Amino acid sequence: MCLGIPGQIISLDDADARLATVDVSGVRRQINIACIVDDDHPPERCVGDWVLVHVGFALNRIDAEAAARTLELLDELGDTHEFDALTLNGDQEVSS
Amino acid sequence: MKFIDEFRDHARARQILEHITTLVARLAEQRGGPVRIMEVCGGHTHAIFHYGLEAMLPPELELIHGPGCPVCVLPMGRVDDCVAIAERPEVILATFGDAIRVPGSRKSLMQAKADGADVRIVYSPTDALALARKHPDREVVFFGLGFETTIPSTALTIAQAAREGVNNFSVFCNHITIIPTLKAILDNPDHRLDGFLGPGHVSMIIGTDPYRFIAEHYGCPVVVSGFEPLDILQSLLMVVRQLHDGRAEVENQYQRLVTSDGNLTALEAFHQVYEPRENCEWRGLGSIAESGVQIKAAYGAYDAERKFAVPNQQVADPDSCRCGDVLTGNLKPWQCELFGKRCTPDQPHGALMVSSEGACAAYYQYGGGNVDGRGPDSSASASLSQNLIQSRAES
Ligand code: SF4
Repeated sequence: MCLGIPGQIISLDDADARLATVDVSGVRRQINIACIVDDDHPPERCVGDWVLVHVGFALNRIDAEAAARTLELLDELGDTHEFDALTLNGDQEVSS
Repeated sequence: MKFIDEFRDHARARQILEHITTLVARLAEQRGGPVRIMEVCGGHTHAIFHYGLEAMLPPELELIHGPGCPVCVLPMGRVDDCVAIAERPEVILATFGDAIRVPGSRKSLMQAKADGADVRIVYSPTDALALARKHPDREVVFFGLGFETTIPSTALTIAQAAREGVNNFSVFCNHITIIPTLKAILDNPDHRLDGFLGPGHVSMIIGTDPYRFIAEHYGCPVVVSGFEPLDILQSLLMVVRQLHDGRAEVENQYQRLVTSDGNLTALEAFHQVYEPRENCEWRGLGSIAESGVQIKAAYGAYDAERKFAVPNQQVADPDSCRCGDVLTGNLKPWQCELFGKRCTPDQPHGALMVSSEGACAAYYQYGGGNVDGRGPDSSASASLSQNLIQSRAES
């Protein structure tokens, strides 16, 4: 369950709370970017970054090529679990 | 199963395989036995089976599929405890989808849900925190699972809950850590391991330095590996080369994501919220000192174990279940009596059938071995060596 999934940060939602929106193969969701920001790379500079996302947290910056290769790998492995889960927020039964 | 010709860079793969084959043949002859390398991570196990790597490798190189699938090693007693929490009327139990089918001694979370418990599948611990904000009249408990890759996410979520004062949120912590477990495996005098493929994404968090004791004290090479078939082959070659040269070092094949000291922000969050647990139970492996973490007293208000006086049930694995022997490399999955009969991915009896990262599920899915207790089909490796011979003849 440690594979994670690559996505691209498309907007910064709340710099203080370290929240940003990521696009993972066309699916958008809010994630936490605390683990990829530091003084040299503040939240403002994260937009456009490709990151490895795991359970709603960006764990590392990756380059676009590695992102593409990882997506291909996950696809080949049929490991769509993290992708399929992206939109599960536990409230579906209540809201739908 | 894929064949080597379909790899993106099959010429390179072929070349690496030839190197491995030559070195392993020499090593096996010197020692009069096979070379055994454990891939620690369940993600590697899955990739190895999916790409049919095991069948491509020379028979004198044995891969031992390690304990690196957190869902697989979750002990039955902890599932029972989690079901007990979920069955409380005030509780919403939020969990990753992976954990919902893991069998407990009474039932799985899925069965508990069917029986009326409020069990929700979420993607992220932050979704569970959002549920708690949205349902202030309920107690939302998150089933916290996973290795160091996942631990920062629950740590940061607990810290966030504490900052906001969301007091109807807690985590039932079952996080485990890989280093003490590798040490326990190496301290077992019966272990027959010559080297390790280190987990890629756990290492992204902890770095490669924590593995140094394996090389320095146990004399075993460790190579931290990526997940692509070429990464895995390359890493195996790096381990075999060290053995051949008589070296034992920690090497990093996955430099595009892994550094020697890891992700410092993630580690800081980890140690802010969690501390080692005195003893931690692993399905199949038993109890291992300090191999798991618990929530520090400072965050006790967010610890489901304190909040609900969890019974902490200890349930021994059923005798017929051989998961432990498979995890330590002493048994191949198809040698377990239950394999493919009373234990299948649809009706898992043991933990290694529950997740696609478990060794038994991987063997079952990719046809390595069969219910008659015979070994894996060797036709794939036969056709590969044919290819190798052919390519040598052509070049
Ligand atoms: S076949 Fe089932 S019971 Fe036997 S070792 Fe594998 S998972 Fe465990």
